[in-house]
Formats: sequence, structure tokens, C-alpha cells
Amino acid sequence: MAELTYRSAVALGIAQEMRRDPNLVMLGEDIAAAGGVFKTTVGLLDEFGPTRIRDTPISEQAILGAAMGAAMTGVPVIAEIMFSDFIAVCFDLIANEMAKARYMTGGQTGVPVVVRTANGGGSRFGAQHSQSVENWVMMIPGLKVVAPSNPADVVGLMAAAIRDPDPVVFFEHKSLLAMKGDVPEGELVDQLGVARVVREGTDCTIVALALMVSRAEEAADRLAEEGISAEVIDLRTLVPLDTRTILESVSKTSRLFTVEENPRLCGWGAEIASIVVDEVFWDLDGPVVRITTPHIPLPAAEALEDMAIPSVESIVRTVTERLG
Amino acid sequence: MTDTDRAQYDYALREPRLPAPENRDNDRIDISIEQRLEIYETQQLLRQFEKRAYDLFLQNLVKGTSHLSLGMEAVATGFGQAMRHDDYSFATYRGHAHTLARGAEPGPVLAELLGRENGILKGKGGSMHLTSVEHGMMGSYAIIGAHLTIANGAAWSAQIRGSGQVTVCFFGDGTTNIGAFHEALNFAAVWDLPVVFVCENNLYMEYTPIDLITAVPNPAADRASAYGLESIIVDGNDADAVFEVASRLIERARSGGGPALVEAQTYREQGHSRADPGKYRPPAEIEAWKARDPIPMYHERLLRLGVPEGDLSTIQQDVARRVDEATEFAKAGAEPGLEHLMTDVWADGGSAWRN
Repeated sequence: MAELTYRSAVALGIAQEMRRDPNLVMLGEDIAAAGGVFKTTVGLLDEFGPTRIRDTPISEQAILGAAMGAAMTGVPVIAEIMFSDFIAVCFDLIANEMAKARYMTGGQTGVPVVVRTANGGGSRFGAQHSQSVENWVMMIPGLKVVAPSNPADVVGLMAAAIRDPDPVVFFEHKSLLAMKGDVPEGELVDQLGVARVVREGTDCTIVALALMVSRAEEAADRLAEEGISAEVIDLRTLVPLDTRTILESVSKTSRLFTVEENPRLCGWGAEIASIVVDEVFWDLDGPVVRITTPHIPLPAAEALEDMAIPSVESIVRTVTERLG
Repeated sequence: MTDTDRAQYDYALREPRLPAPENRDNDRIDISIEQRLEIYETQQLLRQFEKRAYDLFLQNLVKGTSHLSLGMEAVATGFGQAMRHDDYSFATYRGHAHTLARGAEPGPVLAELLGRENGILKGKGGSMHLTSVEHGMMGSYAIIGAHLTIANGAAWSAQIRGSGQVTVCFFGDGTTNIGAFHEALNFAAVWDLPVVFVCENNLYMEYTPIDLITAVPNPAADRASAYGLESIIVDGNDADAVFEVASRLIERARSGGGPALVEAQTYREQGHSRADPGKYRPPAEIEAWKARDPIPMYHERLLRLGVPEGDLSTIQQDVARRVDEATEFAKAGAEPGLEHLMTDVWADGGSAWRN
């Protein structure tokens, strides 16, 4: 067991898989010589060389197109899109091309690409560099969606994403990059589509993702002091979605809260709320409640951004009020 | 709007843009008679296939939309003839010709247009997404621009694997004004990729003359210098001229010479899609280009080169029989069943997104 940062876990996960598969390559802006603007790819150029770790122009469509074309012709690719907000400038490649290639061709082609991207708020970067956009890709049939909350999951889910033969969008949370956590020694390979109950409880279920997981856990600690036993689930992947873990938990606790960093409309919590209400409605003792960022562009100022994104306090307050 | 203004926007009243005259010196391009007969046969196949597809539209057997290459067959044919069997093709929604020119069987292609289970994509892609991986035809892409970047990826893969494969990417004049075109060309140039970009300039971006909405007269060739590439224009209605330039550029790319951009000047004899009668074009322009139709012109060349008329008739009849057989194959196909609806989303064959 070694203690690693989330940031260095990214490089470790990639390196583990590049050592295993000599065909695997990676491309992106400033990923090679500079080691990535978030320093998540430090050391990879030295170990794997410039043929496998390549810097690109600021051309997000060209990056993802190159990834897709190579992947379709026998070379699996990891592509970095520096900020997840930039997915908007190459969404055609993600939503219309990678996601649909296999279906449209009647199964003739596949796109084994992992699109890595830095997601989420807390860095005071303002509305165009802070968004949580996992719902942008979750809604497209044909994409798998991963968002780890801790260093060990970064390594294991990175390996699972890379070994998956379908296109995967892998969200690395900017506000977790400095987070430290234990990572087991040796090869680490996790599984997509498996959520984790990170804290057991009996009074309510709190479902969270990425940065929101540690906030939900801290909120659960505080709720315990008030006599409320909250179960916390880390979703880890949105597609495939581990509905079994969620439904089992809600059937046990009878109440569901989602904690979403995305703005209100069409966040992943709405889909989970819909599934829960549809399938275990009679197990519920009260409303399903979504705790989200309000439906606004994210502000830059520290004070405003902190007000916008769900916090430990806002989770505790909402759960207390709504359970009461 | 005044009558004067209106006249300005009635593109059919504009000066016709006429084709370059036929260059009979191209009779002397060094291509064997055997190869020329293959080129003739392929052009016949593309022409007769698409005429049949059009007939089937009129019978309401082809649903949705469809974009024909009638009049543009020499480009797909010349490149198809110059490509190695394992080279890669990428095309737009106007991709019937490019798929057939790589050797895909006309029956499954036509069945796909009819939305049948025996279609080349099992009926799941349709006219605009024709693909035949086993023939190196890596797809038809219906939103212009992106596929130039994807073509780069196939070329990058070939470069990494050292396979010697070359990628050829076809697109229309309208594509030269979208961002991905420029991203792709710069990327191909700086990575020195084995890819040949082929602009089929048929003078119209869908319904609007390309020259009215493009900053330079030659939409592809005049942009080449921005990416350090040679400016190349070829007569896209002369399959031998296309074959010659295709062979040179493909072999150069194969031997490490990097990417190329070609502008093939041609004309679509019909509208943009089945919904478009193409009335925005000056009648004299349509007539002038029909007089330069690539297939009768090629027929005449072969006669000048001593091929007996009877040999050409035999080829035409053989092709007609193949197209008839393809039609029967397609019509005999079943409508795809429910069992196909939910398959082929993931590599495991299924479409499950939850447990």
C-alpha cells in the first residue's frame, strides 16, 4: 500500500496499462513535454517516448478524430481534453461519431478510446473552466462514463476504462487532484458499472459522485451527531449505472438524496430519482430530494462558487430539513 | 425584396461556370488497356447502380434521404483503382460510389438503401453511413468535417504500425469552410500522416454556389499553402487524370512523403439530395457539364485507343445484370426484426446501460 495523490494516480493508471499493452498510445494538448497542465501525465513521455505520448495542436476535433480513427484500425488510444468544458467544441466526435459508430455500421467497427478530461468546480476558474458536464455525455447512447472519487479508484477504473472495448469518457476532478489516498501495490484493475457503499446507514441513502462523495461522507458524520444514520453510495460510473446497489440501499433506508455538482436540469440524479420512484416507490417513506448546483453558470469569485456548489453544510441542512 | 435583389439570389440566372475542355492528351497517360477497362466497368457500375437507386426512390422503396454522385463517378473510380486493397477510404453521406469503388457488393449496399436486414449495415445505418470494413471502406460520415479528423487517425495508426497503408478521405467543396477541415489539415501536416484528402468540388454547397460563400476561388486548392501543401487541381470528370494524380500522391504518402490535398473539379448532375431538383443552377451550366459527362467521354477514349465497341457493350450488359441481381437481392431482403433494434451498441453486442 502506498499513499498517492489523485494526480499521480492518473499517471500511474496510464503507465500500468501502457506497460501491459505496447500498442496503447496517448495524445492531447501539453501532455508530453509539459506533463499536462494539471501534471497528471508527468513522467509518461520519459518512460514511453514521443511515439506513444504525443503533444497536439489546440484542435480538440482533430485530437478526438485521430483517437477514433486509430482506435478503429487497431491502435487503442487515450485522448486528453484539457478541460471538460472543451467537450463542447468536439462534441460532434463524441456524441455523433464515437458513440454511434458501432451501431450505425451494424457492428462492423468499434472505438476503444478513453477520453480523459478535467472536470468540476472549486478552482475559481469561472463559468467556462469549472463545469461538471458528466450529464452531457451520460445522455448519449454508446458512451460509458466514469468519474472516480479517490486515488485507488483512479488507477483501477482507468485500467478498466482502457481495457473496455467501447468509448469511455473519464472525468478527473480538478478539486481532487491534490487529494491523497492509499493505493494497493501491484496491478490494479477495477470494474465499470459497480457502485460502492462507502458508509452504511439506515435512515437515508445519499448518492454522490466524484468530489461530492467526500462531502457526502463528511455530511454523514455530522448527521450522525444529530442522530441521523445516512448511507453513502459512491456511484463511480454513470454508464453502466449500478442501479442494483442504489435500489437495494433505498429499499433499506426508505429515503433518497442525490448530491450533484452539475446544474439542476437533467442532472444524473434526475434519472436515478426516476428509476427509484418507478421501481421501489412503495419502499419510500418520503420524497426523493436532489441537492444540486443551482441552474446558473458557475461564478468565479470564491465566495460565490462556494455558495453554488453543494457543500457539507448544504447537504446536512437539506437532509435534516427534509427528513424531519 | 426588389426584383433586382431577387434576381441576385436566383442563382440560376448567374453566369454558368463551365467545365475545362476535355484534354485528349490524357489518352496518352500510361495506363494499360486492362486497367482502363476496369476503370470503365467501375464507372458503369457506379452509374447504373445509382440510376437504379433513383428508380427505387421513385417507387418509394428507398426511404429517408439519399445523395447521388451521378456525374462524379470518375473521382471515386480513379482513386479506387489507385488504392491498395488494404488502404482506407473515408467518405461523406454522398458515399455510395466510394463504397462500391472499393469492391463492396452492390446487393448489400442497395439492400441497405432499402432498409433491409440483408443490408450491408443490417439496415441500421442507411444510405448516409455506408461502411465495409473488409474492403477498407471505413465509413460514410453524415456531418461534414469530422471524418477528415478520423481519417487522420487511421493514417496515424498505419504510421504507428508501419503497415504502409494510406488513407484517402473524400469530401465536398462545402466541407472546406468548416473548422474541422482546417484542424485536420494542420494536424496531418505536422504529424506527416499518410493521408490524401480529396475535395470533390461540384460547385455547390448543397443549394448555394460555393464561390459565393468562400473567400478563394478554389475552395480546397487555394487553402493548401496554408498547411504547407502543394496546390493540386485535377479534372474530376476524367478518370485517367484522377488515377494518375491519385497514384502519385498515394505512393508518395506510402513512402513517407506525408499528406496531400487534391481538388477534383466535377459536377453533380442532380440536386443535393432526393428532395432537391437542383433548380438553382443555370441551364447552360448543366448542359455544358453533361456534355463533359465522365462516362461517355471515357467510352470515346477507349474507342480511340482501339477497344471494339462490342467489348464495351459487353461490359455495360454485364454491369446491368449485376445491378439487376443486386436489385433482386435487396428486394428479397426481410425488414429487420426487433432482434436487431437493441444490438450493436456495445462491443458485447448488447445495449444494456444498467444492471
